[in-house]
Amino acid sequence: MRSRTALIGMLSAALVAGPLLAAAVAQPKEMFIPLLVYRTGAYAPSGIPIANGFVDYFTLLNERDGGINGIRVAWEECETQYDTKQGVECYERLKSKNPVLVNPYSTGITYQLIPKASVDKVVVFSMGYGNTAAADGRWFPWVFSFPTTYWSQASAVIRYIGQQEGGLDKLKAKKIVHVFHNSPYGKEANTTLETLARQLGFELTLLAVDHPGQEQKSTWLQVRRINPDWIFMSGWGVMNQVAVKEAAAIGFKMDHFIGNWWSANDSDVVPAGDGAKGYKGATFHAPGTAFKVHQDIVKFVYDKGKGGGKKEEMGAPLYNRGVVNAMLSAEAIRTAMTKYGNKALTGEQVRWGFENLNLTEARLDQLGMKGFTHPIKVTCEDHEGNGPILVQQWDGTKWTLVSDWIAPMREVVRPKIEAAAIEEGKKLGYTERDCAKEK
Amino acid sequence: MIYREAGQFKTTYASDQAVFPIVQDRVVVALAVVAAFVVPPLVADEYWLQAVLIPLLVYSLAALGLNLLTGYAGQLSLGTGGFMAVGAYAAFKLATAFPQLNIILAFLLSGAAAAAIGLVFGIPSLRIKGFYLAVATLAAQFFLIWLFNKVPWFVNYASSGTITAPPRTVFGVMVSGPTATPQARYVTALALVAVGALVAKNLVRGRVGRSWMAIRDRDIAAEIIGVRPLRTKLLAFGISSFYCGVAGAELVFLYLGSAETLAFDISLSFLILFMVIIGGLGSVLGSFLGAAFIVLVPILLTNAPHLAGLALPVALQKQMELMVFGGLIIFFLIVEPNGLARLWQIAKEKLRLWPFPH
Repeated sequence: MRSRTALIGMLSAALVAGPLLAAAVAQPKEMFIPLLVYRTGAYAPSGIPIANGFVDYFTLLNERDGGINGIRVAWEECETQYDTKQGVECYERLKSKNPVLVNPYSTGITYQLIPKASVDKVVVFSMGYGNTAAADGRWFPWVFSFPTTYWSQASAVIRYIGQQEGGLDKLKAKKIVHVFHNSPYGKEANTTLETLARQLGFELTLLAVDHPGQEQKSTWLQVRRINPDWIFMSGWGVMNQVAVKEAAAIGFKMDHFIGNWWSANDSDVVPAGDGAKGYKGATFHAPGTAFKVHQDIVKFVYDKGKGGGKKEEMGAPLYNRGVVNAMLSAEAIRTAMTKYGNKALTGEQVRWGFENLNLTEARLDQLGMKGFTHPIKVTCEDHEGNGPILVQQWDGTKWTLVSDWIAPMREVVRPKIEAAAIEEGKKLGYTERDCAKEK
Repeated sequence: MIYREAGQFKTTYASDQAVFPIVQDRVVVALAVVAAFVVPPLVADEYWLQAVLIPLLVYSLAALGLNLLTGYAGQLSLGTGGFMAVGAYAAFKLATAFPQLNIILAFLLSGAAAAAIGLVFGIPSLRIKGFYLAVATLAAQFFLIWLFNKVPWFVNYASSGTITAPPRTVFGVMVSGPTATPQARYVTALALVAVGALVAKNLVRGRVGRSWMAIRDRDIAAEIIGVRPLRTKLLAFGISSFYCGVAGAELVFLYLGSAETLAFDISLSFLILFMVIIGGLGSVLGSFLGAAFIVLVPILLTNAPHLAGLALPVALQKQMELMVFGGLIIFFLIVEPNGLARLWQIAKEKLRLWPFPH
């Protein structure tokens, strides 16, 4: 009987106290940025380094510069497990703290947040993921996907493959396989690849891998039967390491296997051991720790014991991605401050900052990121920036860059984005904005 | 003292067989329903409505559907997620193909579509029982999800494979799409759940519900006294899938706004089954209590460290949440194997004697 009483007590406590929140609103001298992270679950191998990179860069800003122009950055992590429902719960919970921008780090969650964020006046910064159609700023003013999108990436990877084969015209009758995570994320590149296959005459096969991707035997059996010349992969989390292992197991030429920028991290190749040697991946920033920003992070963050992860894990591609993402967010806020002054800004003001971001080579140098990533200019029409990509290769111990900056095929991608933006925008009942009137 | 039925004489069969024969029950339920319609839209903030109460209502409806099938008719099903997906995709197709169609009607039609699919997958139940039937319904789960992933027609050829709820109104008020207020969504979901619960309550006390329970308790005996297993079992599958289908449509249109097949995967089927088991098999109230337990306890566990002023790393917090939640379920099933509804029943029995127990 006693335990039953305890049970009743506990249940009523749960019902009453359940979602009561300690609503700590951000301080006036702070700007709050919610971090939707996934440090547990099937996608943790990818989620942890990104989250650490983010937190480390924000800590660096606070420790070294006292924030962005004196306004400290406040953040709170919320665990989503890469699950859309949990992501929405996180967003709704952290919304009470007046966030100015949100980085969903999941294409599924981005799809959920795009309609919500414009109503709540929160910028959705889906850096290199999310809904590609939203890169047209005329239809989606609140969504930013610079420096580049999945469609641009797919076209740049095809351009790279063309370069390796000795010209795009040599792609005729070549067999290319796209292994993708069977989710909105993985499917994004498909239409671009299909268009290019028609234009360039290569044979494209699309192979889906179901969530979470631990079981891929049948996929790789198909790969072996097709015997493709090149494989492009859009994988995430545990799917990547399994795919790399399977490819090594069937003896596929690893230097003809290219992952997209979410499929080329240390955690994806290390489990395959020597088999992963030669595996390539797309990226839009350099790997490694040979930059001034990393020295600063060591000096101001790790040496003070405030690091998000382990010091040795710095410099992994996804860690650097987190750093780039945090840097771009901070620079957009800084841009907004040039217009609205050095104070805690609102979501609308930060949106202006994103739309007018012009990150130059000189500014990158000041940030200690010379050669780390590419300059970027965002406009009202173009929230993508059409950034070029790099190809990196795993040599068994580290990633090295093996290509120059490769431009995407803008003439192919941009018309598709504009057409898709009209379609997707209409679905949500949006109207087109006149960019000539924006200032 | 307050909860006493002495003096309430039933002079007609109708009053004796009412849904709530005791006056106090009627009053409490009526008050609770009115309160549910009035209080949260006025008091609750967006977080409460959007992240707590709306999912609670959606899951309640799905749990109610599964409870009719598993709790009342005794047919174990793991296809709930699949049937909800049918409802969701049917509602999406209907709403986009016929923009003039009233969204409530679209929900009901998509429920009907799910019912039709449920009937098909219910056919094996005539030959197989118990855990074996669970495996057969698992096939429904995997097949339906695979189908929606494979055939682009279901998502109107969207390259991402995502379905997005278009903006739709009911009586001039926006209830789905990005500009719909959480209050409007909440009231719509609540209205559907309230009607669904009333219908379920009536179903289970009438001929249909009794034949379900007869089949559940001993199918051969039920057959001998004249219950036709074919019709009864298939009816259970059909009606249960109808509820699940409407819940699935609500999940996309009122709660998430857009969804992919991953939202309806096997873990959703298990989640709904846990709600039914924890709430109480064969109880309408239990479906609501079970959904409340599964939705609210994890949220409490997530927020508890914040309330206590602890700043734990999120990964640790999540792992603790899973462990504590799992522990609670085990503890709970040991202490009260008949579910939360049974606790409520015990409370009512005690209340009858209160304050003078013998």
